[in-house]
Amino acid sequence: MVNSDFFMNILDLTITQLHEGFRNKNFTSVEVTKAYLENIKKTDKEIGAYLLVTEGLALNQAEKADKLISLALSGVEGNGGDFPLLMGVPFSVKDAILVEGQKATAGSKILENYVAPYDATVIKKLKTQGAVILGKTNLDEFAMGVSTENSAFKVTKNPNDLTRVSGGSSGGSAASVAAKQAVYSLGSDTGGSIRLPASFCGVVGLNPTYGAVSRSGLISMASSLDQIGPITKTVEDCRIVFDAIKGKDPLDATSIESQISNFKSEIKNIKIGVPKEYFGRGINSNVKKIIEDAIKKAKKHGAKIVPISLPNSKYAVACYYIIVPSEVSANLARFDGIKYGLYEDAENLLDGYMKTRGRGFGIEVKRRIMLGTYSLSSGYYDAYYKKAQEVRQIIKEDFIDAFKKVDLIFSPVSPIPAFKIGEKTDDALSMYLMDIYTCPVKLAGLPAISLPVGNIGKLPVGLQIIGKYFEENKIFNIASQLEKML
Amino acid sequence: MISKDEVRHIAKLARLELTESETAKMQKDLSSILDYFDLLKKVKSEKLKAKNSGLKFKSNLRKDEVKEKPASLANNLIQAAPDKKDGYIKVKSIL
Repeated sequence: MVNSDFFMNILDLTITQLHEGFRNKNFTSVEVTKAYLENIKKTDKEIGAYLLVTEGLALNQAEKADKLISLALSGVEGNGGDFPLLMGVPFSVKDAILVEGQKATAGSKILENYVAPYDATVIKKLKTQGAVILGKTNLDEFAMGVSTENSAFKVTKNPNDLTRVSGGSSGGSAASVAAKQAVYSLGSDTGGSIRLPASFCGVVGLNPTYGAVSRSGLISMASSLDQIGPITKTVEDCRIVFDAIKGKDPLDATSIESQISNFKSEIKNIKIGVPKEYFGRGINSNVKKIIEDAIKKAKKHGAKIVPISLPNSKYAVACYYIIVPSEVSANLARFDGIKYGLYEDAENLLDGYMKTRGRGFGIEVKRRIMLGTYSLSSGYYDAYYKKAQEVRQIIKEDFIDAFKKVDLIFSPVSPIPAFKIGEKTDDALSMYLMDIYTCPVKLAGLPAISLPVGNIGKLPVGLQIIGKYFEENKIFNIASQLEKML
Repeated sequence: MISKDEVRHIAKLARLELTESETAKMQKDLSSILDYFDLLKKVKSEKLKAKNSGLKFKSNLRKDEVKEKPASLANNLIQAAPDKKDGYIKVKSIL
């Protein structure tokens, strides 16, 4: 007979702890999966992290995992009792990532009844490992937003304070991990959509190097920036999930075989760059202090702190909000009421497009399609889109120059902690400015993690650690050393 | 400030039906966001020319070969269409 204490403890275990537990036959994947499903039922009415709980699929996968685990442990397979680290471990998936046979709404009315025809490459990889899918998590419509308030279905509340947002766009994913409704989650980051909710909810979130993880099966927002990444309880878990999903994929021409280096780096041997532009006007003084304290701690343990400058970062939000809407206006042209999703009948083809898109898309999606259409239209292209592409390059070169002097860059993830639900909904520009520290990294295509390093009252604050291209392992090494000091 | 007519023109290009209140909101929002974009005018073009000295793009295309996929995939894809018949997607007449 398993008691409630057992369930509570199970929900705290990390991936390696669960793996050990399976190996030692302390519990089964079905038991762990049921504990998570139970906790989702208990807590999600309040939090609203999930759009869909895939209970049948989860239990089915857990049973299969249990069979494979006992087969491996019996030794008949001749694999020395080994089985994949993620086997039997339950996780949640942002509802912009396709799981075959399950709904994939992208948080939009236009895809409310869309059933995914195939698995995203990342899902295929995790299924191969024997992972267990608990459900699909809430997001801002088509991942456009910083709070999940743009979801067509509901707002995901911050598990640390239910009057506040969970961050976005992968808010459901981050909240599900913070509220112990999943061991880990897959999110996607275009301008900060993994790191911001991870910071707001107090969990670890990695935005991988652009190209490190296949985007096949991720519903596109801005293809030159979108990247799938893990949201986890710990840095170690983050590394495990990243290792499982990374790699070149023939279905994504921008994916690259990771030349990810495996060297060990110690905090006492590294140089940390601190960009002065990321601590200036507009930052909450408590956030600033928490980040500075984390930097001091690294210094105390021997890291060399180097003041650096990223002078063109001040153009990043403007640059980002031209490039992203431009790509959005092209990518979302596919929603025409013909191939999939909502269709509003009309007299002729053109009226059908207008009505379907007019009724299917929410206001933020429309705003970005409009901005993009404007930026790309004849007469404005040079002043907006072309200029933004040029500015993107100088922002990138700022980072490349800085990384000649330092190994990693430390900064806040966001200028403020989680804000109140409804506080910013009338002001699109103030929402856009939430990406001020996260979107420059994306324009450069660099990897960065959000690591929880402190709290203001109940509200967590995340440190952003930015690395060189494909140096995720250096980020993990240093983040995990810092994690232990805090 | 962009005009309501401009908003309506862009909406038509973007194939979006907007309500009157959405048009008014769009006019206000787009104007303030476009004003913010003026920040980019401060970046001197000499600076850009000096820096943009050659983007490195590596061609990463696969071979143009037919890869067999399970029939179930084609079926799943067709099933996603709102209007279909006998395994085909129906479209309104164009001519």
